[in-house]
Amino acid sequence: MKLVTAIIKPFKLEEVRSALTDLGLQGMTVTEVKGYGRQKGHTEIYRGAEYAVNFLPKVKIELVVPVGSVDKAVEAIIRTARTGQIGDGKIFVSAVEHAVRVRTGETDDSAI
Amino acid sequence: MKLGPLCRLGSLAAAAGLVALIAAPALAQAPTPPAPIPNKGDTAWMLTASALVLLMTVPGLALFYGGLVRTKNMLSMLIQVFFTVCIVCIIWVIYGYSLAFSEGGTFNAFVGGFSKAFLAGIRPDTTAETFTDGVVIPEYVYICFQMTFAAITPALIVGSMAERMKFSAIVLFIPLWATFVYFPIAHMVWYWAGPSATVQAAKALASAAPEAKAAAQAAMNAVSANAGLAYQWGAIDFAGGTVVHINSGIAGFMGALIVGKRVGFGREAMPPHSLTMTLVGAALLWVGWFGFNAGSALEASGTAALAMINTFVATAAAALAWMLAEKFAKGKPSLLGGASGAVAGLVAVTPASGYAGPMGALVLGIVAGIVCMFFCSAVKNAMGYDDALDVFGVHCIGGIIGAIGTGILAAPVLGGTGIFDYAAGKIADYDMIGQVITQAKAVCLTLVWSGGGAAILFTVVNALVGLRPGTDQEREGLDLVDHGERAYNY
Repeated sequence: MKLVTAIIKPFKLEEVRSALTDLGLQGMTVTEVKGYGRQKGHTEIYRGAEYAVNFLPKVKIELVVPVGSVDKAVEAIIRTARTGQIGDGKIFVSAVEHAVRVRTGETDDSAI
Repeated sequence: MKLGPLCRLGSLAAAAGLVALIAAPALAQAPTPPAPIPNKGDTAWMLTASALVLLMTVPGLALFYGGLVRTKNMLSMLIQVFFTVCIVCIIWVIYGYSLAFSEGGTFNAFVGGFSKAFLAGIRPDTTAETFTDGVVIPEYVYICFQMTFAAITPALIVGSMAERMKFSAIVLFIPLWATFVYFPIAHMVWYWAGPSATVQAAKALASAAPEAKAAAQAAMNAVSANAGLAYQWGAIDFAGGTVVHINSGIAGFMGALIVGKRVGFGREAMPPHSLTMTLVGAALLWVGWFGFNAGSALEASGTAALAMINTFVATAAAALAWMLAEKFAKGKPSLLGGASGAVAGLVAVTPASGYAGPMGALVLGIVAGIVCMFFCSAVKNAMGYDDALDVFGVHCIGGIIGAIGTGILAAPVLGGTGIFDYAAGKIADYDMIGQVITQAKAVCLTLVWSGGGAAILFTVVNALVGLRPGTDQEREGLDLVDHGERAYNY
């Protein structure tokens, strides 16, 4: 099992979700987050006051997939989340040791 | 004629030259026309207008201000405005109305007396004069209408010291400022003997036999002198450009200077927490302002309609002007700019609303939008004061533009109404330069009285309870520190 963590532009969430669902991947966890990479921030002006806003709103998707689905999932996220502009986000893949479905007690691949 | 306290001014006494007395003794000498009866249309409109002006303050102003502060201070902003409305309503009926709109004896040029304290002598059939000889409205509705003005004016001030003034200091400052600044200024600008006393004295003077001329002239002079200082000068302020906006704007400016800058001002981001609420508030202000301006005609009349159309036009023009100026100055037009521009336009058209023509109001709005935007960004940044919600930049500057602009735009040659001369019974010849100078004098009077008064009162309150919370408390936010609650519990 692998944990795929993708940080993307908020308005791309629905496209990404739909592409991942089409792959037969069930379930994901989404968090509204703030951060920055190379995009840096932007400037906001309220009447006379100018603020440099460094942390931009992003969406973090987390889903755990069987090892064999990782490449497809990553490819689907890249395909749907990409705008070609700076600030499209990042994907991290990491190992997951163990998984349990709370309701049934199923474990690992059958639990995800 | 029912008895003495009937008209808002003891006006018949003045007609007989007995300025300091109530009306009753004079009735024996002057021929008494039948008491005018309030028109139901006028009364219905003024009841409505009074409620509309309350809508401006709660929730309009409260939301406008609340949206502009950070989440941790949202409730403090709402409660400060709400508290102000409640406390001023109470002191208004106890002594405020009397200090503003009764005859004040020796100090009549500056402030009224206590003859109507606790609303003494006022009953449902007691009436107040409008601006037309022989037209009256129930005095209770006049009291309510003016009460809403007294309530919103101090509420405007709290925006200057937003996010950093203790509630206990607000609780002390607001009633003091209303008492020593608002009531006198309202008296100075708006109190006069009323149309019927003026017309009667003028008629008596015209028809007086040669040997009685001197006495009639003295009576006429007494009627003219029975007015507030700025009114005697001839300053015109239809709905409160000086009384409400310059008055509160300069007080807020003094507050911002004396209370000092917010912790982290200029170093930390302090963006508005909800411009959605700010727009809702600004829109409610606009709607309520029709009561404020059109209601100031005191009648359901053509003058009220003029004030209404001016309140549409100037506001829209100022909102567009501010956004356009922003587009050129900063690259992007903003919603906050549009909302601020709308308020600036409302402020500027307030004194002019019943005097300027609609095209005059259009120009006034454009000027107010651009100049106020300049003050709220360039001037404020250059001078470095922390007028948190731009009460000075919008209300004081917008009010001054309006007050001076009224002197220009009231001119019949520019589509204005001119000024009605009650003694002559017609529109007087218009002296624009003279009127602008008079307007400027009234502006200076208000700046000095309110600026000085506010500075003294802030100092007094600081000595008594302190103005600011501790630095840690300010960082925590006034909602929790002063009120023990949060605006949003997700």
